[in-house]
This record gives sequence, C-alpha cells and structure tokens, in this order.
Amino acid sequence: MQKIKVAIIGSGNIGTDLMIKILRMSDILEMAAMVGIDPESDGLARAKRMGVATTHKGITGLIDMPEWEDIKIIFDATSVKAHHYNWKYVQQYPDKRIIDLTPAAIGPYLVPPVNFDSNMDVKNVNMVTCGGQATIPMVAAVNRIAKVHYGEIVASIASKSAGPGTRANIDEFTETTANAIEKVGGADKGKAIIVLNPADPPLVMRDTVFTLSEQADREVVRESIHQMVAEVQKYVPGYSLHQEVQFEDIPEDSPVFIEGLGYRHGLKTTVLLKVRGAGHYLPEYAGNLDIMTSAALATGEKLCQLQKHLA
Amino acid sequence: MSKIYIQDVTLRDGMHAIRHQYTKQQIADIAIALDKAKIDAIEISHGDGLTGGSFNYGFGAHTDWEWLEGIAEKLTHAKLTTLLLPGIGTIHDLKRARDLGVESVRVATHCTEADISAQHIEAAKNMGMDVGGFLMMAHMNEPKKLAEQAKLMESYGADCVYITDSAGALMMDGIIDRVKAYKDVLKPETEIGIHCHHNLSLGVANTIVAMQHGATRLDASLAGMGAGAGNAPLEVLIACLNKMDVHPNCDLYQLMDLADDVIRPLQTRPVQVDRETLSLGYAGVYSSFLLHSERAAKRYGLDTRAILQELGKRKMVGGQEDMIIDVALDMLEKQK
Repeated sequence: MQKIKVAIIGSGNIGTDLMIKILRMSDILEMAAMVGIDPESDGLARAKRMGVATTHKGITGLIDMPEWEDIKIIFDATSVKAHHYNWKYVQQYPDKRIIDLTPAAIGPYLVPPVNFDSNMDVKNVNMVTCGGQATIPMVAAVNRIAKVHYGEIVASIASKSAGPGTRANIDEFTETTANAIEKVGGADKGKAIIVLNPADPPLVMRDTVFTLSEQADREVVRESIHQMVAEVQKYVPGYSLHQEVQFEDIPEDSPVFIEGLGYRHGLKTTVLLKVRGAGHYLPEYAGNLDIMTSAALATGEKLCQLQKHLA
Repeated sequence: MSKIYIQDVTLRDGMHAIRHQYTKQQIADIAIALDKAKIDAIEISHGDGLTGGSFNYGFGAHTDWEWLEGIAEKLTHAKLTTLLLPGIGTIHDLKRARDLGVESVRVATHCTEADISAQHIEAAKNMGMDVGGFLMMAHMNEPKKLAEQAKLMESYGADCVYITDSAGALMMDGIIDRVKAYKDVLKPETEIGIHCHHNLSLGVANTIVAMQHGATRLDASLAGMGAGAGNAPLEVLIACLNKMDVHPNCDLYQLMDLADDVIRPLQTRPVQVDRETLSLGYAGVYSSFLLHSERAAKRYGLDTRAILQELGKRKMVGGQEDMIIDVALDMLEKQK
C-alpha cells in the first residue's frame, strides 16, 4: 500500500516525538519533510540522521521544497502565533490539510475517542492540548451517563517536558482546554489548570479530572470511565487510571458556588490519571508529549483512510 | 534605607485559612480599616489568585470580581492589588481586575519556572500596572539559581521580585543569602520583596532580616491570617518596625484591635504554629495544602502529618492539591 506523505512544522519536543512515531509506527503515513526555524535545533539534526528531508526556513522553506507537491497532511507543532501564520499559507492549497497541535484552535477540536467521526471533512483540525487529550475523554465518559454541569482538570507535567512553545502559551492552554471541556466533553462549564513540576528525576505526567454532574448510579459511571480509559489505551498504551474513581455527594443543602453557573449540587466524580510516555523522544515521564502526538498520529491515519475510502 | 512598602495579604493569603469564604462585607470592612491604618497596599483575590475558585483549591463564597468590585473607590491611601498564577488565571482575568480598579499585581510561579510569567508580566506592564514577580516555594531553589529566575522576571518588566517562602521553610540565613543573591544580579531600581509564612515561627524575623539586607516590599497579614501557620503577623511586624524607627506612619493600635477583634473570630481553624503547621515548615510543604490535607486525613482515616510528609517527599509544588487525595489513597493501599 502506498503511504501518504506528510510534513511536520516545528522541530521542538512535540514535533520530534511525532516524527519518531510516524517513522517507527505508521504503516499509513510517510515522513516527507521536517520543518524548523533553527538550523541548530536537535529536532532537525535528528530528522537528518533519520533520513528525513529538512528545512530551517519555516513554512515558506517547506513550500519551496521539491517534496511539497506530494505532501497531503501537515502537522503543525509550533506555537499559537506561528500556527496562524502557517495556516495562511497552507489554506491556499486545496489538496492539503493541517492537523494543529498548538492551542490556536482555528479549526474544530478533535479528541479521538470522543468525536473521531465528526469534523473529518475539515481542512484544519485542532488537537486541543495535551491536558485536553488526557482528560476530555473522562468528562465525556461521565457526561454520557449523567449530565455534567462542570468539568475541571488539573494537568501536572514535568518541567523538562515543557518546551519554549508550551511555556509561551500557558493562557492558550488553559483557555483552549476549558473551552474543549465544554464543546467536546459536554460540560456546561469547563475549567483547566496546568502545573509544572521541576522535580528531578522528573515526575510522570498526572492528570486529575473533577466533574459535578446530575446524580447517577456510581457503578454505571465507574464502568463508563473504565471503558473510556480502554479506548484511549488503544492509541496511548501508557494511559492509566492511577486510583479507583472517587465519588462524593454534594448535597442540595450544601452546594458549591461555581463562577458562571452559581450554586450547584449533585455527584462529584474524581478521576486520577497517569500518562506514561512511550519514551520515543523524551523519556517516559513526558506523557504529555505522547498523548498529544499519539492523538495526532491516530487522527492523521484516520484522515488518510477516510480519504482513500472516499476515492 | 529606601522607602519601605507594606502589603497586606489578609484578604488573599488569608482566604486559605477560611476556605476562601470571606463575605463581600467582610472584605470591604477590612480593606477600609487597613487603608485607614495607612497600609500601602491591599491584596484581594481567591487564595490561589484570580479565578482560583475550583474543586482543586476550593470554591470561594464569591467570585474575585464580586470581592473586588467597589473597593478601589473606597481606598484613600492604599493601592488595590491582586495575585495571578499563570496556569490558573489568565491575562483576560487580569484585565477584568484592572477594570475594577486594581493598580498592582503579583504574577506568581514556582521558583524555577519564571519563564511562564513572561506573557503576563508584559501584559500587566502594558496595562500600566505596577508588577511584582512572585517566586514561590523559594526554599526549593538555591540562592544563585533563584536570582537567575528573578532576573528573568525583571527582564519581562517586573518592578519588584519577591522571595516567596510559601512553605515557611526558610531560616534567617536562607533568607539573607537569597536577598544578597538578588542584589547581586538585579538592577538597582528593581525592588526586592519578601513574603513569609510563620510555620517555623520565623515570619517576622525573616521579614526583618530581609529588610535589613535590602528588601523594601514586605508582606504581612492581620493576626497572620494566611495559609499554614499564617504570614508574618502585620501588627507584630509594625510594632517591630516602630521600634526600629522604620515606616512609622501605620496606626499600630488600630491594627492590634483589628487582628484580635475582627480577624481571629473569623478563624474556623486557628492560624497558629501547631503540629500540623509546624510539619509544613519542617517538611517544606506548600502551606495551602494544610486544610486540604486535614480534610483528606479525616475522610480516609489517616494522619495529617503523615500525608504532609509524603507530599514533601514527592516534591509536590504549589497548585498540586489534587495530589493530596492521590497520596492519601496510596497510603490507604499500603495499609492493606
């Protein structure tokens, strides 16, 4: 079967990890070009060593490459600002699609186990954030059983796994994730928190999900969460429930006051997750890279299969 | 000595001590009283900064906007200030606070992560605000490296950079070394600030030695109202400063009355050095973890001190309150 050619823009942690995944794991995608802006970057050096064509001249450098014509999918692993710039160029080419790994969110959000089948005809899809990919499936897992009023997530990542792009886009992370908790997770109101922990040796990525929903049978909610975890594990093997799901009753006579919603009561569900990376580019503590790049890879492959099917 | 600037944190750090439950009336009354007593700046927000209200940190009795609304107009002397933690609050939230009359903000990061504050410090400066960089858990970074982080915050535009001893774990030498390291690298016009917690009973002593070595912005709160064993008690600090002939304009007796008559009766859990809060300072744990750990200990039948020690061992940083339940569940599992 002929593979579909792809390019990655952004030779930082996320872009390089994605490149390694495509090279090692994909039967469908072929790495045609790796694009950076720093000729000295480790990501570009690694691409060259692995036999991938490179440019350090950004999107315009990519368009000038002989490989450009055959490239069908562009993964953008830069920053919010750079993505806006890159999209201006890519959207002029009707045969090319972009999968956005920044929190720019020009296109609709895509969280594979939740809304994989929608938005497949769109030219720019957004992968939310690492924290969003790890947690929104859990919000949706509660919401399919009991209406979620409020979904809150806390993502703790190792400082070493947060590159300059992530660090310069902290607000975009919290805002994009919160918005996707509502749009994809189904919560009336979403909130996202990110914490960087510099401990050495680095700590494995942790994500905690809190939901406040209508009352429901706790066993049914628990079962729904376990099933969703299994769905995510299909493409992120290091994803796991670190503790059994915790429940707490928020009684009507002692409600919580939530900004934007007012007083609310119901069932509080707490899901404590651990995301161990596959150790492709950074060591296994960097689950935040893994969940993002694995989701993007799964999305890229699905797009290709769908396109072939249509053809 | 340059002008000393006192910032009260009763209505921000003090939120932690009462699970962020101040009423609007309490906020207004206390802010006005502090203003009358000639405190330079009054910080108001959820304990974890703007939009800290959450399951993770505790929902407030009000939103930050409700607490802040109408206060600026009532102040005649003091600046209205607030706190922002990148990763929790955003620049949009800061704009909203500025529109409510907040003139000054502290942008807080863990002591090794100053670079995540660049966006926020720059945005605050562009809004014309006075900006402090707030390097939390300062005991977890050695003086020279902490000063490098302070230098970054200065480069983004901070007017002042703080040594923030969130765990109340530093002793006087540790404070002095950090102030000296700041002085070595910061521009002379950049102020140095000090924010202490009283977990080792050193809140006032640490604040004074910091001042003696060049810190000019000092944090304190009435009756120490703050996370853990609280902050440097404001009335005690002012009494000491009076004896040193520094910053003599504050009304000491009014502050004493406020501390005893207004603040202490609000405390549902006494803000004091006891086995739990001493354990925070001893183990180097974020002071805000106190009430959350006490609640987890009760819920799961565990010992608060053991939970705090384990959090310290795991090197949890400010903001990771969710890991308290995680630690408790791991401890339960081990007991089986």
